[in-house]
Amino acid sequence: MRLTLTGNYCVAYAVKLARVRVVSAYPITPQTTIVEKISEMVDEGEADIKMIRVESEHSALSAVYGAASAGVRSFTATSSHGLLYMHEMVWWVAQARIPLVMAVVTRTIGPPWNIWTDHHDIMGQRDTGWLIAMAENNQEVLDETIKLFKITEDPDVFLPGMIGLDAFVLSHTVEPVEVPDQDVVDSFLPERRQPYVIRAGDPLIMGNIPSDLVRNARMRWDVHLGLRNAETVIERVDQEWGKLTGRYHGGLTECYRCEDSKYIMMGIGSWVGDMRIAVDSLRDEGYPVGLLKIRYVRPFPVRRVYETVKGSKGVVVFDRSISAGSAGPLFLDVASHVQAMRLGIPVKNVVAGLAGVDVGYRDFELIVRRFVEEVEREGWVREFLEFYSGR
Amino acid sequence: MPLTIRELPREKYVLPGHAACPGCPEAMGLRYVGMALGRRAILVIPAGCTSIIQGLSPGSGLAFPIINVAFASSDAVAAGASAAKEVLGEDAIVVVWAGDGATSDIGFATLSGAAERGDNIIHICVDNEAYMNTGIQRSSQTPRGAWTTTTWRGKAEPKKNMPLIMLSHGVPYVATASVAYPLDFIEKLRKAATIRGFKYIHLHAPCPVGWRFDPSETVEIARLAIETGMWVLFEAERGRVAISPPSRPYVDKSRRKPIVEYLKRQGRFRNITEELVKELEREVDEYWSILIKLSSQ
Ligand SMILES: Cc1ncc(C[n+]2csc(CCOP(=O)(O)OP(=O)(O)O)c2C)c(N)n1
Ligand code: SF4
Repeated sequence: MRLTLTGNYCVAYAVKLARVRVVSAYPITPQTTIVEKISEMVDEGEADIKMIRVESEHSALSAVYGAASAGVRSFTATSSHGLLYMHEMVWWVAQARIPLVMAVVTRTIGPPWNIWTDHHDIMGQRDTGWLIAMAENNQEVLDETIKLFKITEDPDVFLPGMIGLDAFVLSHTVEPVEVPDQDVVDSFLPERRQPYVIRAGDPLIMGNIPSDLVRNARMRWDVHLGLRNAETVIERVDQEWGKLTGRYHGGLTECYRCEDSKYIMMGIGSWVGDMRIAVDSLRDEGYPVGLLKIRYVRPFPVRRVYETVKGSKGVVVFDRSISAGSAGPLFLDVASHVQAMRLGIPVKNVVAGLAGVDVGYRDFELIVRRFVEEVEREGWVREFLEFYSGR
Repeated sequence: MPLTIRELPREKYVLPGHAACPGCPEAMGLRYVGMALGRRAILVIPAGCTSIIQGLSPGSGLAFPIINVAFASSDAVAAGASAAKEVLGEDAIVVVWAGDGATSDIGFATLSGAAERGDNIIHICVDNEAYMNTGIQRSSQTPRGAWTTTTWRGKAEPKKNMPLIMLSHGVPYVATASVAYPLDFIEKLRKAATIRGFKYIHLHAPCPVGWRFDPSETVEIARLAIETGMWVLFEAERGRVAISPPSRPYVDKSRRKPIVEYLKRQGRFRNITEELVKELEREVDEYWSILIKLSSQ
């Protein structure tokens, strides 16, 4: 069925199609319309979901964690300050290895109060053990949300996952979207699987103090391994989805004109759409530029990055957030892996679009043109980190 | 017919290998929860002494299914678990077992939210009147005048009255209990388990370590709290307050022991002034008159 939907409504449709049984959330702009839509579906009898309308985000994630631990598919959504308020539980859910899915409408963190998009909220969750997917458009929001239920509930993974969608650019902007039929999704998603279920009469204890710290340390490392396993699972599940719907999104990454390129741009989220336009026009001008869209920040697509950038002459990574005092978080991942693989390629970081500042294809063209010229001339970049606040 | 000891089940839920201190009121309370709810219970436990009492993993000294959770999260986790069991059609009584800190300080908003929504859970506040797990710091339920490691000269403020606060939420069941009166506690738990919606039980739990008394005296101290009127056992179904049998004699003020008999047995009140004792007496009288008024309505 082809519908015209906002990104937030895409999330709501995905949740319904995935036959989620418990949803809990707390209002925050611009996440709110996700939960409003789900509530409407429940009230209209279109979805069999139990809603827990909690008093805070800390409780929202706690409630879906309780429901998921007790054995049902569960979902929550938040944004910005809501995600920060949840942070303690974000860790808890992952370390307890409880699969569930959360939509994060990426929004600036205050002060000052600001509802426009940047990626500080979601990038601040990188170390928690969650899968973190970022969508470029509304179709991807819908597809990836459905897929995340399958990926997170895979026994090789058993970890929670977030789908990030940019505030307003996706959350409140309508696009034509192909919504799969219920029987298609039913044939794709198996029954809920999870590592353990808390049940009355079964004295299973989750989380008491460890007698063996080495064992505890292994549990930590195992979360890392679960995320590494997710690399394979994400690829496999995306291919299955592609066969079923004709929409394969590329697994962990998507390459746009990088096969015969010498310079690679990288980014996450909705502005990748503008990057595509920039690649086309730069190509027309004769710049051999390609684009690697990072679809999953966690697990970080180490192999894909390696395969894409080896043999290239330079990489420019766009971050919509900064790890203050260091550099952009996406860059830190890319640069450290490029260095570990001894690729010896200049990697530049451009931090832009913070606090919702608009960045369009003309900006990308300008930045990349300058980067290519500098590397051609000097063989390297003088300033690896650039704060770009407009033309 | 009142419950008698003979009728209690023999299965044990607090096993060798638990790590409670000698004379621990929380371990006692957990035993009674097992006797009352048995295999139907799922426990949700935030940070606190019971995080330790469970013993070391893998393995445990408690025979309940337990989800250990972050300090401020327990009622929300329990709400989710209870909702899931309903969706799945499984029988379970989801119980939050939380200290006074987890209940009335850091977890207060979470508790209040669950109560207001009417989530189908039982919240037990096991009240040892301080943060014991982190080394006897004050909580909002530490009584006026009590020494803690963050109130060296005695706490200046009065104890937050959680039972009345929960009563004001209009929930279907609120009760107080004491580790000195296990049958009363067990009966209240069993009654709570038959009621749909949010149930609150506040269990008074004298802690030898934090209150400074001999571990053999836990029950005695708990009983003195009742006999002096410092702690009152009551239950309220749909807001109707009824003083419970162990506290009934003390409706009559003349039958209450002087509160100093309770205070002087505890090192934490060693430096309390006469003035503060008077203040505490006044507060006890005031609380009783509120309860008597509520119970005669
Ligand atoms: C967010 C957070 N802050 C602080 C702590 C440290 N902490 C653990 S238990 C505890 C006190 C618990 O007191 P209470 O709830 O009264 O239970 P008790 O230990 O007395 O049983 C504190 C402060 C924590 N675990 N989490
Ligand atoms: S400090 Fe008190 S409440 Fe905590 S385990 Fe020891 S006796 Fe029990």
